Amino acid sequence: MRFTVNGVEREFAGDGDMPLLWYLRDHARLTGTKYGCGAGICGACTVLVDGQPQRACLLPVATLAGRAVRTIEGLGESGLHAVQKAWIEEDVAQCGYCQAGQILAAAALLERRPDPSPEDVDTITNYCRCGTYARIRRAIARAARELSAK
Amino acid sequence: MSAAAPQVSRRAFLQSSLTASGGLLLQAALAPAAFAQDATAPPNPLGLYLRIEPDNRVFIGARCPEIGQGVKTSLPMIIADELDAAWTDVTVEQLPLGLDFSGATPQWRYGPQGAGGSTSIPGAWSDLRQVGAQARSLMRRAAAARWGVAAESVATQDGHALHPDGRRLSYGALAAEAAALPLPAAPVVLKARSEYRIIGRPQKVVDAHDIVSGRARYGIDVYEPGACTAVMLRCPYFDGDIAGYDDHAARAVPGVRAVVVVPGPKPGEPLTANLATGIAVVADDTWSALRGREALRVEWSRGPFAHESSAALDRQCGLLLARTGQIVRDDGDFTAARAAAARVVSARYRVPFVSHAPLEPENCFVHVQADRARVIGPLQQPAGAQRAVHLVTGIARPAITVEMTRSGGGFGRKLTNDFVAEAALISKATGLPIKLMWTRSDDLQHDFFRPFGHHELVAALDAAGAVSGWTHRLASASKYYRRPNMKPEDLWTAELYPDDFPARLVPNYRLEWHAVTSGIPRGSWRAPAHTANAFAVQSFLDEVALAADRDPLALRLAMLGADREFDYAQHGGPKFSTGRLRNVLERVAAAVGWGRALPKGRGIGLAAHFTFGGYAAHAIEVEVSPRGELAFRRVVCAIDCGQPVNPLGIEAQMQGGTIDGLSTALNLEISIEGGRVLQSNFDGYPLAAMAQMPRDIEVIIVDSAESPAGCGEMGIPTAAPALMNAIHAACGVRIRNLPMRDQLRDALRA
Repeated sequence: MRFTVNGVEREFAGDGDMPLLWYLRDHARLTGTKYGCGAGICGACTVLVDGQPQRACLLPVATLAGRAVRTIEGLGESGLHAVQKAWIEEDVAQCGYCQAGQILAAAALLERRPDPSPEDVDTITNYCRCGTYARIRRAIARAARELSAK
Repeated sequence: MSAAAPQVSRRAFLQSSLTASGGLLLQAALAPAAFAQDATAPPNPLGLYLRIEPDNRVFIGARCPEIGQGVKTSLPMIIADELDAAWTDVTVEQLPLGLDFSGATPQWRYGPQGAGGSTSIPGAWSDLRQVGAQARSLMRRAAAARWGVAAESVATQDGHALHPDGRRLSYGALAAEAAALPLPAAPVVLKARSEYRIIGRPQKVVDAHDIVSGRARYGIDVYEPGACTAVMLRCPYFDGDIAGYDDHAARAVPGVRAVVVVPGPKPGEPLTANLATGIAVVADDTWSALRGREALRVEWSRGPFAHESSAALDRQCGLLLARTGQIVRDDGDFTAARAAAARVVSARYRVPFVSHAPLEPENCFVHVQADRARVIGPLQQPAGAQRAVHLVTGIARPAITVEMTRSGGGFGRKLTNDFVAEAALISKATGLPIKLMWTRSDDLQHDFFRPFGHHELVAALDAAGAVSGWTHRLASASKYYRRPNMKPEDLWTAELYPDDFPARLVPNYRLEWHAVTSGIPRGSWRAPAHTANAFAVQSFLDEVALAADRDPLALRLAMLGADREFDYAQHGGPKFSTGRLRNVLERVAAAVGWGRALPKGRGIGLAAHFTFGGYAAHAIEVEVSPRGELAFRRVVCAIDCGQPVNPLGIEAQMQGGTIDGLSTALNLEISIEGGRVLQSNFDGYPLAAMAQMPRDIEVIIVDSAESPAGCGEMGIPTAAPALMNAIHAACGVRIRNLPMRDQLRDALRA
């Protein structure tokens, strides 16, 4: 079974029930994708599959044949993505553990809605246990401005 | 902390030396001898505090664990400012645990290394400034020698020494010469406040680039060569045990290497190691370990608390509060004040058990070998981790190295090193290097929960509407869990802080505590008892104001009275200033426009509280629809934590504390049925996501020259009462039972 992770072809012959999360972490050693609940709720494991945000903890590797997975390590094509830069500028992170998932969810939102309303931002359901939500909103607004100026 | 808590070294604590690359290294004076005896100490390329390279890069060691509270940024800022380094030249690296055991009692090599009680900044303020100042003194003297001028005439700025005639030399260029100079014999005079160039100015999180690119290393990211992954199935019943088990199917799961029984402590035994009896499955990777665990068949014996339930605990509180408990403070004569009162107001509040739920669940890498052990993990109390490994393996503490990764939150959960002890037990039993992983279910079922309690408050008002008497009666399960050496009559000290507001401000003042019997593990949850007590006291103040027909702000200001200081014996003292608390309250009231006319359905609530040396207040404006839907209109908070070290970090902590307080008050409760916790994932313990929370949180940071307090906990206690006061102001519904959940909707529907 073949799929790509951050543009790199991967072959997998193990237990197809293994969630993508554990494949990425334990086998591909892409550890930016985090475990938070294993139940698809908190969003710490958010990755992009064919551009759509997905909870990697509930996604069996067997379902990924021919699909393209993007993780935080591969978000910026060259250097940091505008969302990652905005995250630094707005000093979003506290513990930082959820932020890879937040950034991927935000990047996917901005693909869909380049000028998101506060209600659009509300559709991101990723938990931040440190409570960085106000700065996440500011960072998304900043990234939207940067991207639209390009 | 144990009785043998490490002491801060009283010996001259710094020495300087030359690095191999020609730089200056500042380290603790006792280090060489200690390292010579202690061959297992990890190599520390950083030196102990500070290294200045010839190319002028400055490496600063961060001694406290970084759990999201920002100390990996703010503590090095303190050194860098006194050094007069350019912050852009500074690289921060995490120091490992540094305990020296060569003396009679353990000594901290780098100063205290913990994350709890908002103590890192106040604990480090004086000695880290001295580290920076001594290094700066060396630089000035090295430059003076080079130039043949008096050291006093050499100024410093942005990592350079400045000659009176305008010439400059970088610290890096002077490092080798500075390393040859003796350190100042006496403490160096520190900067005046007006000379700060880094302290008090906003600095971004030093690890930000690594965090946003997924490279920052947490405990869960530790992949040591040869390590196996372990998960445990723990007895879900408080103090329960294994009655029988079958591990054949588990052992047959591909990738599973071993299945190990991990005995827990006997009921009532002091908690020095692991929390609960369980069975560990050790495997090649996480998925195999999880599948192996699913295949375990275990029968549990339900232990001595099998009949415990949340409903039974509520009944227990009701019975306890019907009689007189332990009087722990009794000023004046409350009974007489009550008898003479023109009016008596009383109310009961309920605060539930809640869980820390750090987003990174507990995990730890431990490798136990014959005569040594290595620990790497997301720790709040690394010295305690070392002690836990020592207790379960017998390995001497100097032979146990401990490294701290970043931690994906802590909130007090990782102060307890039960998960470290488990990893050590599993490693010892299997001989393998072990990375123990906890799942979310493990975390929610086996926490050291914030205590639950019922609070009864009674106020006596005189004819003029002034508060003449006040009683706070609390029935709670003390945070002090499994501490057989603690006298029962002292258990209340974790639950009521007797010098808290309004002690000394009400002439007849009484505090009373009742011990609730419960088997559920309890512990320190961010700003421990302040979260419960500030909710009860600050909610009740609004109820008193309503009964006395007084403005809630005016009542608070009248009770605080003139600016003065009182002794404050608990953590956060030694003094409590009424004026500083009054100031933060007035600042938020002014910012939110307290007193202005509001449309129907809108309300503003206030609350102010003193937490661990910091003064905080919230003003929250909400809108409640006729159907009971809640919307945040405005949230303003203010903090006076003394000299602000990193305003950007303080703002973050206050915003985060506010979210924590609001999310917990609205949504969160750990409930008990049949002697076990009911919740097992975020579906039953729903943290607030963005849509439910305020879109912005304004933070006012009081500029102050007072010695700095921390700020990791100050933002929580006042958020919930300000919210409930705002809801009452908006629609007349008083929420006294946390969490709110559907109570507002149900009340307005009725």
